Amino acid sequence: MATRRQFIRISTMGAGAVVAGAAGIRLFGSALTDGQKATVAALTGRTPTYCEVCFWKCAGWVYKDEKGAIQKIIGNNEDMNCNGRFCPRGTGGVGMYHDEDRLRTPLIRTEERGKQSFREATWEEAFDYIAEKIKVISAEHGPECLALFTHGSGGKYFSTLLRALGSPHVAAPSYAQCRGPREVAFQATFGETIESPERTDIRDTRCLVLIGSHIGENMHNGQVQEMSDAIDKGATIITVDPRYSTAAGKSKYWLPIKPATDLALLLAWINVIITEELYDKPYVEKYTYGFEYLKEHVRNMTPEWAYGITTIDPTVIRETAREMANAAPAVIVHPGRHVTWYGDDTQRLRAVAILNALLGSWGRRGGFFRPEVFELPEPPHPAYPTPRRSWRTEFPDLYKMADTVLANGLCDATIPDPSRHCQFQGWIVNGTNLIETLPNQANTIAAIQALQLLVVIDTMPMEITGWADVVLPECTYLERYDDLRVGPHRKPQIALRAPAAEPMHNTKPAFWMARELAKRLGVIEYFPFETMEEQLDWQLKQVGSSLEEMKKIGVKTFDRSYEDLYFAPDEDVEFYTGTGKIELYSLALEEAGYDPLPKYTKHEEPPEGYYRLNYGRAPMHTFSRTANNPNLTDLMEENSVWVNPRVAKEWGLSTGQYVHLMNQDGKRSEFPIKVRVTERIRWDSVYMVHGFGHDQKKLRRCYGKGASDTNLITKVLVDPIMGGTGMRGNFVTFIIDLKAEEVAS
Amino acid sequence: MRYAMAVDTRKCVGCSDCVVACQTENNVPIGFCRDWVVEVVDGTYPQLEIELRSERCNHCDNAPCVRCCPTGASHIVEGGVVMVKPNKCIGCGACIASCPYDARFPHPKGYVDKCTFCIHRVREGMKPACVAVCPTKCMYFGDLDDPNSDVSVVLKKRKYKTLIPEAGTKPQLYFLI
Repeated sequence: MATRRQFIRISTMGAGAVVAGAAGIRLFGSALTDGQKATVAALTGRTPTYCEVCFWKCAGWVYKDEKGAIQKIIGNNEDMNCNGRFCPRGTGGVGMYHDEDRLRTPLIRTEERGKQSFREATWEEAFDYIAEKIKVISAEHGPECLALFTHGSGGKYFSTLLRALGSPHVAAPSYAQCRGPREVAFQATFGETIESPERTDIRDTRCLVLIGSHIGENMHNGQVQEMSDAIDKGATIITVDPRYSTAAGKSKYWLPIKPATDLALLLAWINVIITEELYDKPYVEKYTYGFEYLKEHVRNMTPEWAYGITTIDPTVIRETAREMANAAPAVIVHPGRHVTWYGDDTQRLRAVAILNALLGSWGRRGGFFRPEVFELPEPPHPAYPTPRRSWRTEFPDLYKMADTVLANGLCDATIPDPSRHCQFQGWIVNGTNLIETLPNQANTIAAIQALQLLVVIDTMPMEITGWADVVLPECTYLERYDDLRVGPHRKPQIALRAPAAEPMHNTKPAFWMARELAKRLGVIEYFPFETMEEQLDWQLKQVGSSLEEMKKIGVKTFDRSYEDLYFAPDEDVEFYTGTGKIELYSLALEEAGYDPLPKYTKHEEPPEGYYRLNYGRAPMHTFSRTANNPNLTDLMEENSVWVNPRVAKEWGLSTGQYVHLMNQDGKRSEFPIKVRVTERIRWDSVYMVHGFGHDQKKLRRCYGKGASDTNLITKVLVDPIMGGTGMRGNFVTFIIDLKAEEVAS
Repeated sequence: MRYAMAVDTRKCVGCSDCVVACQTENNVPIGFCRDWVVEVVDGTYPQLEIELRSERCNHCDNAPCVRCCPTGASHIVEGGVVMVKPNKCIGCGACIASCPYDARFPHPKGYVDKCTFCIHRVREGMKPACVAVCPTKCMYFGDLDDPNSDVSVVLKKRKYKTLIPEAGTKPQLYFLI
């Protein structure tokens, strides 16, 4: 084989940007084919889909080659999530279909959990096994002791199944491990959440403020596109990040903040905006509650006060605050997405919300628009039984503002404890690799070991499948129908996912699995349609379309049925808060016993010789789920640990060298990780991309490549307000002498 | 007619979507690529600059790869697009060595492969796959002889550079700065 080409070539100035291409050439046989043959004409037919590689769910078209094999996926021009342009992961979604390590047939465990001993089973055997266990658990402990953890489309069907059985316990790690704090904070302030895709009007903004949010590295397609539009139009970008992110590289102001001090900066900005009277006075007067309390609260939180905490020059704090005010109301202090950092995240996001309110950006062009979701009739079914118990009763006085079930809460409540009435007995895990998703892996495994039943539905043999009693292999999104996508946007829109190919191997869609289980558990009436096709056609006909039409167009856009995208001048707006106003001072938080105004609290700092572990995204990967995708692994096959040159000098580290990382609790990375010495990271922290260091040998392409950040997050800073799991409070050091260390162990 | 491409380094986020889209469009085997992303970092924390750019064959006006090809496999078609005829290529690698941009690679099937500006799409009135997919719309393609083409318009408006101009190859891949 010829040598692998480098896809990403990193260099520093002066070192020469171009790599000399004098690699040895191997000669091959003379059976040459026309590799540059036109493929446009050869591709026959196209099938509409929406992507499942991440949560953005871009709508596109799947094309096949002349042999009928899936060849490429292209964005649908009508789709507002992608505007005809898929991201690298969506384009590389074909790899999810072609991956030879896919789960192929149902599996039933033969030895103890975690030992990875399974036998192949028929679907009937697998369903009978699961149904039997569910019946026993429901009879002995109540159906409430069943829980679903889910990410992605298939979760809807298992959710219906669980609710039909009488359990309300459906949790998505996308809440308490990701965006929950921002939703709670914006709910408390504006009476509405941000949702996904975000309601940020980036394309028309004049000033975009990113706080630890690395748009461009997180490839949230529509937002990346709109940020680019904003750059074209000359918008100012202000980025706050200890790391010189891609977005920082496009910013007029980069504030290289000391990690864990963002709240102090936000409060100082609020102080400047109020002190210099830069806020939107008519807006604040008409729409907000508690301005005087806020003014008093931030009186002493000056840029000089914040300087000592954040290391950001007070002049820069003032300048950036003025820059925001100049752009207002076309300004976005972006709420971010993965915001579970330090355990006071809801309060940090409250400060973000308050700042936006003062600038008058909520409901304004270039700020936050009012999205609309298409209302689609649900298939008729009987009412769900009323659950007799809730996870909440297991956590008295905690997480009072959590407005959904907490994945970590269910996990904690599964671990046997005499104080709990209902330990969870059965988990169904759909499309989420909990081992890599929930922090504190030991805790997750302890919970799993206490279960009577663990069912995992996935397309790939992710780590979580190794712990399952039964593994149900789902076909990929390219091989199935799913519910219509109806997510919020500037206009209501629906998108269809239809199968472009027959399910490979012995795999099946989640809808069919959930329905088969419903049959066996006597709740089939909750699945009135036998096939997804029938359900879709019924739903579409209710709204003046049909499956046939949607197969041709893929995406259908409707007119808005209520409200304008932005507030009209002087519009009387009723906000969904207790006061009906934007609550700068939150009465809901106060009533629940939390601080009604955000306060800065100091967070622990790394001990000598340790560095704060920060993690993030790479544009070509989604969580840990794409690590084995042949197309995407090709672009990035392992992560590296970013180290500042000063730190590297101190430790004698150089780029390309492998080290182990060890955290403050003595937890060592399972695999070595490559060092990248770069000026792009502060000297008090290190950075790595999440989703690598897989220890599941069945993932042959990514096994042992890079290190897992989750593995090193043993300390979890839980947000008392809504239960978010703060994961940025861990510190790591380097273990350099790998050989000596390995001999010693 | 003179096809050219401009890449806006101010908008590129280095996501490599251009690489995957090229691979799936042109059946480029896994492990190889016709286009790639370069990241150049300059400065010392916190005074830093970064340049990200999507690179590929420069379809040079004065192409050394075409001049040095012993069999005539490397040739130039309409609009100055540099192409390789796989059935005439003997895989000698002279072109690979002559290219200052490292734009060519040996295809496992035995011939030398490279970017074609997706001429098969361009002939049908479409843009190259990388240009069509880019989420940041940082790439502009078109005919330099047409003053209204995307690439002509943007090159008139913005400052730009080419890579290794001193090699004298007259490259047709422009980088907006």
